[in-house]
Amino acid sequence: MEILVASAIGVLTATGLYLVMRLRTFPVIVGTSLLTYAVNFFLFASGRLVVGAPPILSEDATRYTDPIPQALVLTAIVISFGMTAVVVIIALGAYLSAGEDNVNEPDPEGLLEGMDEEGERA
Amino acid sequence: MSHWIILPVVLPAMLAAVIILVARHHVRVQRVLSISGAIALLAIAIGLIIQADDGTVTLYQLGHWQAPFGIVLVADRLSTYMVLLTAILALLVIIHATGSGWDKRGNHFHALFHFQIMGIMGAFLTGDVFNLFVFFEVLLISSYGLIVHSGGSYRLRTGTQYVLFNLLGSTLFLFALGLIYAETGTLNMADLAQRIPLIDLDANAGIRIAAVLLLLVFAVKGALVPLHFWLPSAYSAAPAPVAALFAIMTKVGAYAIIRVYTLVFAPDLEVTADLYSVWLLPLALFSMGIGMVGALAAMRVDRMIAFSVIGSMGMVMTAIAVMTPDSITAALYYIPHSTFATAALFLIADLVIENRGKMGARLEASEPIPGAAYVAAMFFIAAIAMVGMPPLSGFIGKLLILQASIASDLVVWVWAVVLISSLIAIMAFARAGSVLFWKAKQTDDGQELDENCSEEEVARARTASELRPTKELPLLAILTLIGLLIVHTVLAGQITTYLRDTTAQLFAPDNYISTVLGTEGKTFGSHGDKAKGSDHGEDKEASPGEAHLADVESRDGAEDKGDEEDTQ
Repeated sequence: MEILVASAIGVLTATGLYLVMRLRTFPVIVGTSLLTYAVNFFLFASGRLVVGAPPILSEDATRYTDPIPQALVLTAIVISFGMTAVVVIIALGAYLSAGEDNVNEPDPEGLLEGMDEEGERA
Repeated sequence: MSHWIILPVVLPAMLAAVIILVARHHVRVQRVLSISGAIALLAIAIGLIIQADDGTVTLYQLGHWQAPFGIVLVADRLSTYMVLLTAILALLVIIHATGSGWDKRGNHFHALFHFQIMGIMGAFLTGDVFNLFVFFEVLLISSYGLIVHSGGSYRLRTGTQYVLFNLLGSTLFLFALGLIYAETGTLNMADLAQRIPLIDLDANAGIRIAAVLLLLVFAVKGALVPLHFWLPSAYSAAPAPVAALFAIMTKVGAYAIIRVYTLVFAPDLEVTADLYSVWLLPLALFSMGIGMVGALAAMRVDRMIAFSVIGSMGMVMTAIAVMTPDSITAALYYIPHSTFATAALFLIADLVIENRGKMGARLEASEPIPGAAYVAAMFFIAAIAMVGMPPLSGFIGKLLILQASIASDLVVWVWAVVLISSLIAIMAFARAGSVLFWKAKQTDDGQELDENCSEEEVARARTASELRPTKELPLLAILTLIGLLIVHTVLAGQITTYLRDTTAQLFAPDNYISTVLGTEGKTFGSHGDKAKGSDHGEDKEASPGEAHLADVESRDGAEDKGDEEDTQ
């Protein structure tokens, strides 16, 4: 159980990090998603792994698993879901308006021809 | 229990929802709601600062749950100080956005703006690290919307980068929180402050990693080199009022470092003792240097200001990294100064950029903008403040930081970097000012107005530079920011006295901890029981805080709660 969860976190993090360092937005977004899965597993494990016990505290509970990490994971899932949706939309907008989806900095000083008219305050 | 503390969070949240639901097609209604909300927020902030003035720590238990089981908001001197700073900046920025028409260039500006204010206020007031994460996400997700406000390919592309960078930062934050929970079984800051010193020094790897990860996350927010890469593009691509509001966002990182590393990982804690001197201080000095060199190298005025933000955050971080009461006082004095100066510069740059036609933000000479003389004067004052020249508050802040850094081992380095980077900053701003205002001679088609040009052209250029910029509200916002910088300078004595008490409260957190953990509320088994759970408290031990300490030896969250369950 422990080895399964630990290696899952490890593999997801490694894959996520590799993808995050790619050049195009799509692999990078997939990479951040994998990283959020990894961190969700990690949060889950932070309350210790207990098999077959309810996450409920009551007067006569003899065995239970820590409910707090489950609440944290729920929050984290909702937030990462929302964030992924936002980044997909913004990346899509950037791809459609620029015609390419490289993540690198688009002409940092904005000195290329046409940049000021097209994308900037002019 | 006073409900005032929750208002800075609830008011913007409600207001933003109302703006979206009721007034989404009526810009004028949005503006009225938005500005009156910001004024109300300022009034609440002043009320809170008066409440915290005598050193009381006020607690708000959400749902009346006893800390550490429930989430708490805590208003002490530091929190209320930051809340007031945010409220002032928010009001001025929203006045500028309304006056300059930036809010009409895209949808939902005012709603997103208030959601962002909600996140910032919450981050300043919360007493729970996971809640801090949630408020960080609230302020980030609305900043994603604000940064691409009014669209454009350049904005969307830098926006993508900014979002991705911060997504990674959030992931790191969650890893850090998971580690902290695994090691201590709690996420309440006051509770953590009691439990972390009890961790066995031989088994401290987890908590050390957590401390470093948290520092990294806050360094991403505070744009500490080498985690600053998101800042220059994001700030220069953002619409001017948004960039001005973002001036407070980097300070959220600085606030979080001050809060967490004075309360949770106290300065005398052996586990994290070398974190500031070995890691934070050198990186802060690098930030200062790289920020100012970047400002000198920048070829656009907005990018130059963005780089000087990195430099000025380096200054704040240097003061924090020295980690003595004096240096924290200096940092707290420098934070509003840096916020106001940055905001003023971004708004002034907007006046320039909006009036330069095709030249936009480029640092190349072009024909004079309307009201060049007045704009130049404002730029001059704000630039003096930013680079830290006398007589404005930047100079006083810098002196305080230099004085406080004598306590550090790296004092020679601090002095050298501060002074040299200030010189570089002066050069950068002098160059920008002279290119934008003095060399402003070229006509639209690039011909120089030299001795050979016609009288007519000279006259046109001259009248242009003498016209006042016509919009009043943006000018009001800028002049108020400059006025605040002057007030911050004139009242430096009173403000530092006030901040010394704030720092004293930070370095003696017993009151904070006992208020958070000692205030009674509902606990387990008291569902529907309106007796505030006081009988349960007496069942266990004298105070809930002490009861926790007794349980701490086990260091396992699940077991902790099991023990309490048994006693009941």
